Amino acid sequence: MDPRRTARTVSGPKVRQVGFFTPAPPERSISDPPRFQDPIQPPSPSPTQVNDHSPSGNSLSPVMIPPAHHHSDNFLRTALQVTSPTKAFSYSAKTVTIPPENEDVASSFSPGRKVFSAKSPSSFPGVKASSVPASELTTVSVVNLPPGISEKAGGASVEVQNDRPVSAKTLKEKTSKAERRALQEAQRAAKAAAKAEGTKASSAASKVVTSANTKPSKAAKSSSQKNDGSQVAASEKKGGDRAPEKDRKKDAPHPRMQYDDKSRVEKAKKRAVVKQTEARNRVELFRHLPQYEHGTQLPDLETKFFELDPMHPAVYKVGLQYLSGDIRGGNARCIAMFQAFKEAIKDYSTPPEKTLIRDLAARISSYVSFLIECRPLSISMGNAIKFLKNRIAKLPLALSESEAKSTLMLDIDRFINEKIILSEKVIVKHAVTKIQDGDVLLTYGASSVVEMILLHAHELGKHFHVVVVDSRPKLEGQLLLRRLVRKGLSCTHTHVNAVSCIMQDVTRVFLGASSVLSNGTVYSRVGTACVAMVAHAFRVPVLVCCEAYKFHERVQLDSICFNELGNPDAISKVQGREEINYLDGLVNQENLQLLNLIYDATPSDYVSMIITDYGMIPPTSVPVIVREYRRDHLWS
Amino acid sequence: MPDTQALVNDFLNKLKKRKIEGSQATAKQTAELLRSVISQTRMPYTNQAAALIHSVKAVGERLIAANPVELAVGNVVRRVLHIVREEDLSLTTAAMAGLNLSAESDDEDDTDRDNHPALSAAAIAAASRSTLRPPSLQTLLEDVPDSAAVPHTSSSGGDSEGKSKSADKSSRSRKLKHDVIEAVNELIQDISTCHELIAEQAVEHIHQNEVILTLGSSRTVLEFLCAAKEKKRSFRVFVAEGAPRYQGHLLAKELVTRGLQTTLITDSAVFAMISRVNMVIVGAHAVMANGGVIAPVGLNMVALAAQKHAVPFVVLAGSHKLCPLYPHHPEVLLNELRSPSELLDFGEFSDCLDFGSGIGAPLLHVVNPTFDYVPPKLVSLFITDTGGHNPSYMYRLIADYYSADDLVLERRTTSGN
Repeated sequence: MDPRRTARTVSGPKVRQVGFFTPAPPERSISDPPRFQDPIQPPSPSPTQVNDHSPSGNSLSPVMIPPAHHHSDNFLRTALQVTSPTKAFSYSAKTVTIPPENEDVASSFSPGRKVFSAKSPSSFPGVKASSVPASELTTVSVVNLPPGISEKAGGASVEVQNDRPVSAKTLKEKTSKAERRALQEAQRAAKAAAKAEGTKASSAASKVVTSANTKPSKAAKSSSQKNDGSQVAASEKKGGDRAPEKDRKKDAPHPRMQYDDKSRVEKAKKRAVVKQTEARNRVELFRHLPQYEHGTQLPDLETKFFELDPMHPAVYKVGLQYLSGDIRGGNARCIAMFQAFKEAIKDYSTPPEKTLIRDLAARISSYVSFLIECRPLSISMGNAIKFLKNRIAKLPLALSESEAKSTLMLDIDRFINEKIILSEKVIVKHAVTKIQDGDVLLTYGASSVVEMILLHAHELGKHFHVVVVDSRPKLEGQLLLRRLVRKGLSCTHTHVNAVSCIMQDVTRVFLGASSVLSNGTVYSRVGTACVAMVAHAFRVPVLVCCEAYKFHERVQLDSICFNELGNPDAISKVQGREEINYLDGLVNQENLQLLNLIYDATPSDYVSMIITDYGMIPPTSVPVIVREYRRDHLWS
Repeated sequence: MPDTQALVNDFLNKLKKRKIEGSQATAKQTAELLRSVISQTRMPYTNQAAALIHSVKAVGERLIAANPVELAVGNVVRRVLHIVREEDLSLTTAAMAGLNLSAESDDEDDTDRDNHPALSAAAIAAASRSTLRPPSLQTLLEDVPDSAAVPHTSSSGGDSEGKSKSADKSSRSRKLKHDVIEAVNELIQDISTCHELIAEQAVEHIHQNEVILTLGSSRTVLEFLCAAKEKKRSFRVFVAEGAPRYQGHLLAKELVTRGLQTTLITDSAVFAMISRVNMVIVGAHAVMANGGVIAPVGLNMVALAAQKHAVPFVVLAGSHKLCPLYPHHPEVLLNELRSPSELLDFGEFSDCLDFGSGIGAPLLHVVNPTFDYVPPKLVSLFITDTGGHNPSYMYRLIADYYSADDLVLERRTTSGN
């Protein structure tokens, strides 16, 4: 771990080379290197408190340059630093053992170093100071600094800086959620402040740096912006201008790939990583959707593992998991994807002569297209990717690579926490109020949110009965049933055909959704529409539980224009019923088509209420949520 | 009559164990059994019709009790009773006509339908007709006063007339039995050919490039579709597999081997696909007097979806499926729950299926019904072997096949059980 981190911290400067283009550094670098070279190297590798700070210091350095304060500090610290070289050297010995990455780092290091050294003094010495029992004042500043650093831009990986400086936690990333949340809050506040305050910010910030604990972030932020001077500001502005334009363009969702368009399919095939053979008997009605042989990609992909070098292993792994069906469900898929992207971003380094923003965006796009080949994206994933790309596009140009990366990783974490985990909790809180003693609740398939609702209501001591309706071919309901029964809920199980027999006893229907479209249509696991329709016919309220991040501005009237097709072979064989083998010899008959739809669209008439993290809304209010959501959170 | 008894018992066993699949087979076997019962019945000199009715009822009650959900049994028993009554009546009227008014049109008596010139034998003919049918507008107009006496004559119709004419008893006794058996043979014939009769109408309902959806498997539907295919119509069929029996796979296989474009879908995809379907054609388990349908499970869902998308929902049903009863709470009372093993693997869930909660009630219930009830408002059209009918017309059709007196049959048996 540590070696890697150090490597990365070292690789950080590379970016700085690109991103940091103030005219000043060269002179300093010239002047500084001799002095600082030694001390710099040692601290980065060493795992103990001393150098723990150093990476963060590195990352922070560009930020810290301008304020006069720091310069004064610098002197102080440089002085202090001089006291500690021996220690530093001892660590440097360790660095030598660090894995290969170090080498290329080293190679790229020298130029970066110069720049780096130029700026580093401010924060860097500070770090030193902490190690050395120096004046109390300095130590305080050190303690204050790290969090700000980690939030702002973080040298290497977020985790490193995040945890280490504060209490030398060895477990990175395991910091309590609260802590991270606090950081995020601070960050957001900082951003807001930075925007609002404008030029004033820098002075204020510089003051702030020395004082409060949470404020450093703000300070760092604003100072960074100031620091980079007019150029940065300009770029920021540009970014700001760009965004609305894009948003406007995005108002109309761009058309999806239509697979009946032969020329485009050919083009796509050329680009494709995975070679897919087309299904034998394609369903005529669904020519516009990809219909490929299932199960053929997996071995192909496995053999290609070493050839696909642009693919990050984590992304690759997730792709395979999608393909094999190990990860399913909108939230799970989305989280898995983001975790993989986080890994990929963590290991990312901008190739020379490319800008991080462009290159990373392209990289992410290639990952996404790979994932699409494994399994078409869910709408929620589409939203999440849009969010991430937006974040990348809006990264201030001035950020160093490491800062940018850590910002992105924080964003990803924030998205997972806020948009998925927290909103699930909110939905549960809302939905539980709709469950009363004696209720008979019906659910279809296996929705993670509905499951949480049911379990939570059970924990609250409500007495109710659950009807789990299931359908072929996935039989996800059985898994849900299993989990519910284990927890002691009393359940009834039946299949989707029998739903009208049982509906008259049901008092409420809880359904999950893959997405809610802006005309109120609920896009969900196939069969949901049937259940909702029967419930509607029996005058049973239908409550759809869906996180707001899954809402989409697209509209859809039927389940045919857009859908996903599963493995047709799953239809011809009935799991666990070997005696049903009528179609065994016939799958190659051209008259026979097997259609395995994955989703369907439930018209909004059947939906009584949509429970989302913004509260409980009628389906007609979906467009409002979509609009607000986009404006407030996702694309800000 | 030991051999009939053995036959009856054998059939009872089969019914109880649900060995006979499909209402057509059940109906046919019931009719055959009743035919042998009739042929074995020793005919008394007087009141022969009553004797026949009695013996048929006795067997019929037991058959119905053996499988109350299989409505075809009751239907056939009632049909046979109706045949007995009608044959008896026609003999009586023929005899009466021969006795009293030989000068009057004899040949017309034989036809003995609604166009009977009610001049001389008006009283008897009208009374007899109204015993057999519920009052129609014509009978009501013909003679209002006599209809009050209808129930009386109907219950003892056979015996009063039998007493009155003892002259040609011997010939009549043989003739009655013979006629009844003839008629039952015809009934059996009808039942076995109803598929063809229904299928003949296929071309009238299926047009070129039609997209048809069906659920599960029904022989009537299969033959209907194939008949249209043979007439060179080309159309596509979506087959929903029909969990938990997955008979749709069987139907799909049959259709594919006969060269029809077939797409097999899951039941849950019915709603998604129905918007692209021109017509839903399904079979039925039984058609109730109100036009409601007892159908394989899942069809209520399909019917609702069809209604939502204004897709015609067509039910194919042979006349033996017409049941003269009105459904009450049919989802429960006319349903049958099958084994949970069709839905869940016992091995996997055995720990949940037993009394796991400690309160004494199992935590897990499995509901696996066989039938669904489709209310008449969801049905667009019935196609029977006599043609297409509206759901609202069903009661009228039923009145043609059954005698009003026999409706009680079932109630007595169910109360007896």
